[in-house]
Amino acid sequence: MNACNTPPLDSMELLRFSTAGSVDDGKSTLIGRLLYDAKSIFEDTLESIAHTTSKRGQNGLDLALLTDGLQAEREQGITIDVAYRYFATPRRKFIIADTPGHEQYTRNMVTGASTSDLAIILIDARKGPLIQSRRHAYLSSLLGIHHLILAVNKMDTVNYSSDRFHDIRKEFEPFLKKLGVPHLYFIPMSALHGDMVVERGDNLDWYKGPTLLELLETVPVNPVAARVPGRLPVQLVCRPQSGEYPDFRGYMGRIESGMFKPGDPVTILPSGRQTRIRHIYLGEKELSEAIAPQSIQVTLDDEIDISRGDLIASNENTLPNPIREFDAMICWFSEAPLDRRRKYLIKHANRTVKAIIERIGYTVDINTLEQKHEQTIQVNDIAHIHLKVLQPIMAEPYRDNRKLGAFILIDESTNLTVAGGMIEKA
Amino acid sequence: MSFKHLTHLDTLESEAIHIIREVAAECKNPVLLFSGGKDSIVMLRLAQKAFLPGKIPFPLMHIDTEHNFPEVIEFRDRRVNELEARLIVRSVQKSIDTGRVIEKPGQSRNTLQTTTLLDAIEEFRFDACFGGARRDEEKARAKERIFSFRDEFGQWDPRNQRPELWDLYNTRVHPGEHMRVFPISNWTELDIWQYILNEQLEVPSLYYAHERDVIERNGALLPVSHLVIPKPGETPRRMTVRFRTVGDMSCTCPVISEARDANDIILETAMTRITERGATRMDDKTSDTSMELRKKEGYF
Repeated sequence: MNACNTPPLDSMELLRFSTAGSVDDGKSTLIGRLLYDAKSIFEDTLESIAHTTSKRGQNGLDLALLTDGLQAEREQGITIDVAYRYFATPRRKFIIADTPGHEQYTRNMVTGASTSDLAIILIDARKGPLIQSRRHAYLSSLLGIHHLILAVNKMDTVNYSSDRFHDIRKEFEPFLKKLGVPHLYFIPMSALHGDMVVERGDNLDWYKGPTLLELLETVPVNPVAARVPGRLPVQLVCRPQSGEYPDFRGYMGRIESGMFKPGDPVTILPSGRQTRIRHIYLGEKELSEAIAPQSIQVTLDDEIDISRGDLIASNENTLPNPIREFDAMICWFSEAPLDRRRKYLIKHANRTVKAIIERIGYTVDINTLEQKHEQTIQVNDIAHIHLKVLQPIMAEPYRDNRKLGAFILIDESTNLTVAGGMIEKA
Repeated sequence: MSFKHLTHLDTLESEAIHIIREVAAECKNPVLLFSGGKDSIVMLRLAQKAFLPGKIPFPLMHIDTEHNFPEVIEFRDRRVNELEARLIVRSVQKSIDTGRVIEKPGQSRNTLQTTTLLDAIEEFRFDACFGGARRDEEKARAKERIFSFRDEFGQWDPRNQRPELWDLYNTRVHPGEHMRVFPISNWTELDIWQYILNEQLEVPSLYYAHERDVIERNGALLPVSHLVIPKPGETPRRMTVRFRTVGDMSCTCPVISEARDANDIILETAMTRITERGATRMDDKTSDTSMELRKKEGYF
């Protein structure tokens, strides 16, 4: 980073985005280009890359080497697991979840996409959208990502042809529209030569839209979470019972959506008891308002029996229903297929309860989106299921509220995380 | 209707507090690794903010190489007293004396800490250890989960990590296994200094520019001390330097700097062209995979 990139201390926002693809799509080169042109690669890292490049008998700088972390990945030239990378411009700080493209590592791609606000999907201009591009687009939409950038890369190999770019767009758009992602952006680029990544370059004058970095700097960050009703799942109860605070009873948690102010009327779920927010604290400070995703502590006007896993919900809109059964889409992660004899635990918004998978509706062929009727669920399957839980959870559909609609399944005997799920109807 | 936006530091702080509270809620016997370095100072502040007006509900632990800078140990003890926290110290020297590990001449004690750390985890039956590691430090760390599972031998299996979706952390372990938990995974060196400035946190004086006798060895500066004695041909020079990391005195290198407060350091960090570990840790230069290998064995 250089001096002009010194970020102003208190005004920068954070954008998390994921990139999906394989080394052969030019994904690593793209990330390398983004970091290199944004001046976020350090000299000693460059030196070590130059050293490895020449050790392999190649010339120059293989920017792709930047993005592979594990020994096995460098040996095989593939991405196995998510790597997180960081860079900043004067406007924003970015966290990149660099995810693998191969089908067998779908679970790792889903890990990276689950916390992202935006996804970049790479398309090789020569090849157009592949089955893999469709899979990445589908998984990104399934995980509720609202901004999808289709980076049509390697434009240098098709003479920077605008016809080729528009053909690819025409071919892919109907599929993407079917997925219902609210914001789609197509950008032609050459990561290798740096056109339309950070700089505009001289080769794509016919393209009038933003460069990749301009888009990353300007898409709205998480506006949805702030507009939905206030939800605060209780994580811990604070009762210091010290001389200084004999009767203090605070409820700690992270606001998962919306905002809260002192005086706001709230409902405690599942009990349904009504009260008001008295104070909001962050460390020593008392706040006049707090918004998602702040981790705060609140006190309430009334003494009510509240424990971890209960939900403090603002009264302004409809309240989530405590539910005991629901439909969900899940992504299965475990090498061991779903076994109905096994007990699974569901972890949802600070509540961990026993769960039974009652029905498998269908599994989705993630390459064609066709539904198949299967008796069981295997590793990397996306499946529609019906679940029952032993105690109620306070859920909302994932498309309305990512945090109250998401859950994981844990195998009680192995402790492994076997699936991630998104609630459809609550 | 307009909406307040959180800054990137607000967001990172919130994420870290959420993680710290999650461990307190779900793990039976957590511990926070505290060395007196800047990352663990930030960790300690986050833990304090997470539980106020209550106290931090777990002990702190330092795996002491006894190759530490005296300023850091003095700072460590003072900070622990201020917070009325409980500090456990386990010594690498003792592991050497009792034959648990063998110290090779010329080797730093950073690697040797692994055995002492794993022994202490077993001794106290900790099921979760907070660490201040950041993903921007090193490429193996960039791959590690926030809740990083360790088997009964304390080992990390990078090819078989638990999927970690949203902020739904699976904290469950069997007896003998444990979690390493990294609440500041997503922070960069610059974020750490901005937070130190915003929160007005005190850090050991050697993070700021000061005069010190140094020698040049293998292309790096080394501080002269009882552990670094100039060899024939090496002439100590008095220079104005500061440390970007504080660790084993025998292999932690200062950088030439005039940065005298957190503001100066932020400017300097924003402009620097060398990574934190590349500049300051001789032991990380050994190979492309030295951190990955150490982490697999149970290192921080």
